[in-house]
Amino acid sequence: MRTSELAQNVVAVVAIVLLMGAGVELQRIRDRRYPVKAIEDDALYLTSPAAARRLTLSYHALAADLYWIRALQYFGGTRRMLDAGQPVDDDRRQYAQLYPLLDLTTSLDPRFNLAYRFGAIFLAEPAPAGPGRTDLAIALLEKGLADRPEHWEYMQDIGFVHYWWRHDYRAAAEWFRRASETPGAPMWMKSLAATTLVQGGDRQSSRRMWLAIRDSAEIEWFRRDAERRLVQLQALDDIDALQAIVDRVTAQSGARVTDWTPVVRATGWRGLPVDPSGTQYEIDGAGRVRLSKSSPLWPLPDEPQRIGSAQSPP
Amino acid sequence: MRATALMAVNVFRESVRDKVLYNLVLFAVLLIAASYLIGQLTAGQDIKIIKDLGLAATSVFGLFIAVFIGIGLVSKEVERRSIYGLLAKPIQRHQIVLGKYVGLVGTLAVNLAIMAAALYFVLGYMRWLVSPGALQALDAPLLDPALLKAIALIFVELSMVTALALFFSTFSTPILSATLTFGLFVAGHFSADLRNFDQVVDSPIAVQFARGLYWVLPNLAPFDVKAQVVHGQHVSAGYMALTIAYGVVYITALLVAAMLVFSRRDFK
Repeated sequence: MRTSELAQNVVAVVAIVLLMGAGVELQRIRDRRYPVKAIEDDALYLTSPAAARRLTLSYHALAADLYWIRALQYFGGTRRMLDAGQPVDDDRRQYAQLYPLLDLTTSLDPRFNLAYRFGAIFLAEPAPAGPGRTDLAIALLEKGLADRPEHWEYMQDIGFVHYWWRHDYRAAAEWFRRASETPGAPMWMKSLAATTLVQGGDRQSSRRMWLAIRDSAEIEWFRRDAERRLVQLQALDDIDALQAIVDRVTAQSGARVTDWTPVVRATGWRGLPVDPSGTQYEIDGAGRVRLSKSSPLWPLPDEPQRIGSAQSPP
Repeated sequence: MRATALMAVNVFRESVRDKVLYNLVLFAVLLIAASYLIGQLTAGQDIKIIKDLGLAATSVFGLFIAVFIGIGLVSKEVERRSIYGLLAKPIQRHQIVLGKYVGLVGTLAVNLAIMAAALYFVLGYMRWLVSPGALQALDAPLLDPALLKAIALIFVELSMVTALALFFSTFSTPILSATLTFGLFVAGHFSADLRNFDQVVDSPIAVQFARGLYWVLPNLAPFDVKAQVVHGQHVSAGYMALTIAYGVVYITALLVAAMLVFSRRDFK
C-alpha cells in the first residue's frame, strides 16, 4: 500500500470515528433536553393461540420462548413499577396481560414445563406482588396436565395452590394423593396427602412441606421460592412471640401499646425487633404486631389453619 | 458423472465467492450473544431457548440460502449469457441441472454442519455456566445427540426447497421464482388444513380438490421435529426413514421436472 493510500485510509477511519462520536453526543444532548418516554408495552396484538401457531409456521417453540420472555418482563416490570410507587393503570395493576401471555406461550409450546410451573406461581401470588388469580393458576396447570398427564409436578403444584392460597385442604389432599400415585413422585408426597387430609394446614405441616420442596427442588428458582416461604413462616413465629410480649406490656401498663418504646423500656432490649430480612416489625394502632410493608417478605400468607378451624375456600 | 461433479464443485466455489459462508459468522455471533443475553432475561430456561434459537436459526439461514441462491442457479446463467458457453461444452442439459442442485445442496450441507458444530460448542460452553441441579431438571441432555435428528430433517426440508427453487428457476424470473418458492414453503406447513378440509366445508368437490392438493404440494410440516427433540421426546428411526424417503422421492420428481423443462427450453 502506498503512503498516500494509507494516509487516505487513516483519514477516512478517523472521520468515521469522529462522525459516529458526534452522532452519539447529539443523541445524548437530545435525550437530555427531550427525555425519551417509557414505552407502554403491554399491548397484546395476537390473542388467539391458534392464529399464533399458524403465523409462526414451524417456529412455534422459538415464538413460545419470545412470549415467555415477554411474560417474565411483564410480571417483573409490573411488580417493579408497583414497588416503586409509579402510577399504573388498573389493567396493569391487575396483571391483566399475564395469563394471555402465558396461555400463548404454552399453546405455542405445550411442553414448556417451566412456563406452567412459574406461571402458576406468578398468577397465584396475591396483590400487589401478583394478580392473585388462583383460578387461572390452576387452569394453567390443568392445561399442562392435559398434555402430560403423567407429570406429577403439575398435580403437586395444583395441590399447593389449593393448600397455600385457597386453604381448600380437601382439594389439596386430593391433588397430593393423585401426584403420589404417579410414577416418579417423591415418597413424602403420600404422607403430605394424608396429613393434609386429616389435619388441614398448620404452620408446622406447612414448614415440613416447604422444607421437602426446598430439599428436593432441582431448579434453583423453586428452591429460593421455598426458602422465602420458610422465612415467611419464621416471621409468623416471630410475630406471635412479639405479640405475646406486647400483650404482656399492655396488661402491665394498662395502656394500649402502639409503638416499640414502652416494650423496649419494659424488656430492656438494646434494639428494635427486626424480621428475618432485617426490616423492623411494626405495631399498628390496635396494638397488633405486623410486618412492615417495606419488608421483602410482605405480604405474609394468610395463616394456614387446621381442618377444624378452616374457613370455606374463596 | 464427472461433468455433474465439476458443475457441483463450481456452484460450491461460486457460493463461497459470493460470501454465502459469511452467514456462519452471523450465526455464531447470534448464538454467543444469545447465550449471554438469554441468561439475563429468562428464569432458568437458557438451555431450552438456546436450543430453540439454534435450530430455528439453522432452518431460517438455510432457507434463505436455498431460496436466494436456488432461484439464481439457472436464471443467472441465462441473464449473464454464460449459458451459451456452458451449452457449447460437452455437457448434457440434465447434467447442468443436476450439478447445480448437488452443488447448492453441498453448500447447504457444509453450512448446516458448521452451524450444528457451533450450536454444540455453545451448549458445551453453557455446561460451565449452569448448576448441576438445573442440568438435572432439563427435559433432554444438554449435549443431546438427538438434536442431529432435527438438523437432518431440516437438511432434507431445505433440499426440497432448493429443488423447488431450482425447478422454478428453469422457466421463470428470479422474483417470481422466489415468490413461488416462499409461497410453497408456507403452504407446505399448512398441509394438515388441506387434509382436514372436510371438517370446514360440505362440498365433496372442494374436499376432493383440497385432498388432491395435500398429496401434490410439498408437505413440509413432518420435517419439523425441533420442539420434540428439545423436549427430549423420542423421534423414532421409522419416522425419520419415512420422512426422509418422502423428501428424496419429492426431490427426485422435482429434479426430473426441472431437467425436462430445461432440456426443452430454447435459449435463442
